[in-house]
Amino acid sequence: MAEAAAREAGRMSADSAMALIRAHGIHKTLGGRAVLSGIEIAVRPAEIVTVIGPNGAGKTTLLRILLGLQPPDRGTVERAPGLRIGYMPQRLAIDDLLPLTVRRFVELGRANSATTIQAALEEVKVAHVIDQPVQAISGGELRRVLLARALLRDPQLLVLDEPVQGVDMVGQGDLFRLILAIRDRRGCGVLMVSHDLHLVMASTDTVLCLNGHVCCTGRPEAVSRNPEYIALFGAREADALALYTHNHDHVHDAAGHVVHMHDHAHQRDAAGGGRHG
Amino acid sequence: MDDFVLRALLGGFGIALIAGPLGALVVWRRMAFFGDALSHSALLGVSLGFVFGINISLGIALVCLAVALLLALLQDRMRLASDTLLGIFAHSTLSIGLVAIAFMEGVRVDLMGYLFGDILAVSAMDLLWIYGGGIVVLGTLIALWRPLLAVTIHEDLARVEGVPVEWMRLAFVLLIAITIAAAMKIVGVLLITSLLIIPAATARRFARTPEQMACIAALIGAAAVAAGLYASLYFDTPSGPSVVVAAATMFAASAMWPWRAAA
Repeated sequence: MAEAAAREAGRMSADSAMALIRAHGIHKTLGGRAVLSGIEIAVRPAEIVTVIGPNGAGKTTLLRILLGLQPPDRGTVERAPGLRIGYMPQRLAIDDLLPLTVRRFVELGRANSATTIQAALEEVKVAHVIDQPVQAISGGELRRVLLARALLRDPQLLVLDEPVQGVDMVGQGDLFRLILAIRDRRGCGVLMVSHDLHLVMASTDTVLCLNGHVCCTGRPEAVSRNPEYIALFGAREADALALYTHNHDHVHDAAGHVVHMHDHAHQRDAAGGGRHG
Repeated sequence: MDDFVLRALLGGFGIALIAGPLGALVVWRRMAFFGDALSHSALLGVSLGFVFGINISLGIALVCLAVALLLALLQDRMRLASDTLLGIFAHSTLSIGLVAIAFMEGVRVDLMGYLFGDILAVSAMDLLWIYGGGIVVLGTLIALWRPLLAVTIHEDLARVEGVPVEWMRLAFVLLIAITIAAAMKIVGVLLITSLLIIPAATARRFARTPEQMACIAALIGAAAVAAGLYASLYFDTPSGPSVVVAAATMFAASAMWPWRAAA
């Protein structure tokens, strides 16, 4: 954490390095089980922080506490005054009996003009589904529509709960690149939850490995070598973690159209294990 | 047209107009069973009304609200599946209501009327309740429509976006309680939920927006009231069930209608 903080401070002015949100000494017990104990976490402007951990590690509970959806048993959550949060929930189950277009769904987050909504959907590259029923679009399109709704609030902090859930392998990479691009363009802080370090390796500044307590935290490469991380996820997992760049002559955008490009960084399980495929 | 038929029509239309949009929300929130649990407790409100000598509609609204709050409290505390808890409430409150009425000596109660409705006995006082309550319900629905819709779609998302979710939920059950109190005379405690959910479900195929669905549901409900009332007079069938049969017939007919591709 100190290492990341020093890096941040070097990159930005002291003023903007003030945390957008900071949690201190968070404890939470659910159903008699200590889900979280002594959690410290902070997200600064333009920083991407990813919380990883196995199922039941308390990732979603931590997120809910930071969002103010659930009170901690002990500890404090400080937010920058007037902090605007854009939130992307993990699940969205809308009854088929509700006639709701994507346009209307996005607009419900914050009243906006038709052009603003169109622009938000274009920013996340799903403008083509604007008049479709929100129940009829694909998992990947839904993640982007949720992201558009979050962006319409002009957030200083984006909170994304399992942002690539239900998205295929290629779509996952695209979505993470989109999140990076949004961070670069808007300079907003990003707090993500993921169950898998492989996936977020290339698209996060700081990783916080959670298993009830904070196992380790820091740059993703450092976390992947941390003994606590290896103990939690297994040595094979840690070994298999690698990055490689390969040349791809095209990718598919969210609409399924072929987009030509020159270089395209891919992050893969170099050992070829298909466990997370 | 006879006075009592006119009053019946006016009363039925008033209920259909509020049951349409409210029923749409009930359907979207998948709360049909919750509606049953509340409406079945209405009979307890009737007996309380007799015991304490207060207006019966007021008694029903108060009991429904109390049951709704108790349910909300228990759903947070108990490790019971929601539908199990609702089932326990629906049937035990109905039974407690029936038992309580049986204990009241010297009070002649038209039990069938309370259970299945007696639309032809709608009085001027009932009309006052229906339209007074109806204006409150419709006005509140219009004022809170947007946040209610946001909460219906995703509670946590709405909360992060600044919607006072707890107040919306409270407002919603309050609206249901008032509607049940107003609607009891028309279809009775056992059938009120059908007036909420059947017109809304029927309207789905013809609607492209939530608002369209709410309005179409109100119209379908009004048509069901008119058709059911006519059948009740013509065939001398019980009025409440006749209205529900008319609504169900329309639902069956709408199921044949091709589902629109978009929205």
